[in-house]
Amino acid sequence: MQQIAIVGYQQSDCVSWAGATNEVELIMPVLRRVFDQVGLANAQDVDFVCSGSCDYLQGAAFAFVAGVDALGAVPPIKESHVEMDAAWALYESMLKIRMGHAKSALIYGFGKSSPGELPIVLSQQLDPYYLAPQWVDTISLAAMQARLMLDQGLITERDMAEVVARSRGNALNNPHAQLSGDIAVDELLAQETYVSPLRKSDCPPVSDGASAVIICTVEQAIEWGVPYAIISGIDHRIESHNLAMRDLTDSVSTRQAAQGAGMADGSVDVAELYAPFSHQEIILTRALGLGENTQVNPSGGVLAGNLMMASGLSRIGELFNRITSGEARRGIAHATSGPCLQHNLVTVVESA
Amino acid sequence: MSEEREMITGIEAPIYLQYKFTAGSAPARFLSQVKKGVLTGQRCPGCQNVYCPPRGSCAACGLPTEEEVVLSDKATVQSFTIVAIPIPNNPIQPPYIIANLVPDGSNISFIHLMSECVNEEVHIGQRVQALWKPEEEWDYAMDNIRYFKPIDEPDVPVDRIGTMPVTGWEG
Repeated sequence: MQQIAIVGYQQSDCVSWAGATNEVELIMPVLRRVFDQVGLANAQDVDFVCSGSCDYLQGAAFAFVAGVDALGAVPPIKESHVEMDAAWALYESMLKIRMGHAKSALIYGFGKSSPGELPIVLSQQLDPYYLAPQWVDTISLAAMQARLMLDQGLITERDMAEVVARSRGNALNNPHAQLSGDIAVDELLAQETYVSPLRKSDCPPVSDGASAVIICTVEQAIEWGVPYAIISGIDHRIESHNLAMRDLTDSVSTRQAAQGAGMADGSVDVAELYAPFSHQEIILTRALGLGENTQVNPSGGVLAGNLMMASGLSRIGELFNRITSGEARRGIAHATSGPCLQHNLVTVVESA
Repeated sequence: MSEEREMITGIEAPIYLQYKFTAGSAPARFLSQVKKGVLTGQRCPGCQNVYCPPRGSCAACGLPTEEEVVLSDKATVQSFTIVAIPIPNNPIQPPYIIANLVPDGSNISFIHLMSECVNEEVHIGQRVQALWKPEEEWDYAMDNIRYFKPIDEPDVPVDRIGTMPVTGWEG
């Protein structure tokens, strides 16, 4: 099968409020940097462009179409969009390349979540008959999930705080992180609960920003003469929209996606997991069977900065950075969508 | 046998979401000038096209537009339609004209209303000028201009629409 390489990754800073900037103004600087990284002039130099975003976030209808203004689409380009995290835009782009319809693709995701009340906005992704009309927000759903785990003795609040402390510590090395610092577990545990049993630190910050990745065939990467890493597998699985039918203490779909992507075919040096809530990182680590040989979320993960619709793509990009810098030989990136880890995508990336 | 039930064909689930919407840096600069009664555009550093209203990028080249350009409030009709149906909650009574207008000094049109004209005589290339509201009513909004009305100037040939300098026919 056609081998596909990652050749570029850039992300904006995660900021709590991107000020007056519109989507084009958010995207353009990130695209410029990723084009420069690979030595391309603009979107005319790739065969396909695919983006991930959700207009509900900033409350602007067709914001994703306006985002195309950042590309330079004259003469016309081949372009597509997913109303999902841009990790799924990367999935679509891989299909495009594997079908032989493109040799290279630019993928970008962007989100300006600050204009709305994000947990409430996300309640509208629930099923429209029973749950969405009740406005069940994402934090409350995650809190119920954490409660299940605590009451079954699967985790302790200290386990959750340890995830947060490691995230903040790792984020000290991530210049784009929103929350970072040395913080003791006991200090976190001393904080008030926010939506019990979650403390604010167990929840991701609301972030504005964008990220971009360029992928291509291995031949194209060699021709461009840039460092690259190989995507050796990718798969995604989704669980029922009915939360009552799921085992919320496990992530079956993540495990199946990892199997489909071939995670077990080699060592996993690094795992970048899209775990918006601290207890969800524990669910994912266990579902994937990750052990001490795997470094989890060296970037700090999304507890350090959560760009809705871009964070999943950024996980793949962060993994690319670890591999091309030589820190890791092989790893996985995970992306999620929907409440309580409903829909999960796993990408395996290896050194060239 | 199962009992007969009335078919449910829909439920009411209204959505109310509150947003602190921002227009963007470039539109904010544009609207700040409109509040002073001035139309501005932004020039692409690549193709040199001037956009009004600016969105911060040249959609053709994908480059940021920084240079601000003051435009005329005289414009040329690039296209138009006569609206014959009433729009709910719109105080303007049909028939009225919505037109794509290119202000002098800009290469790209924006959409606005036309009035004080004979609807059947409106045509592409026609010259028009803004009729502004009284200054004390100016806000950060395009409806500071009530509408555009025809002016007594020669038509712009079709192939020259979108190329008029800011000085118009004088230029």
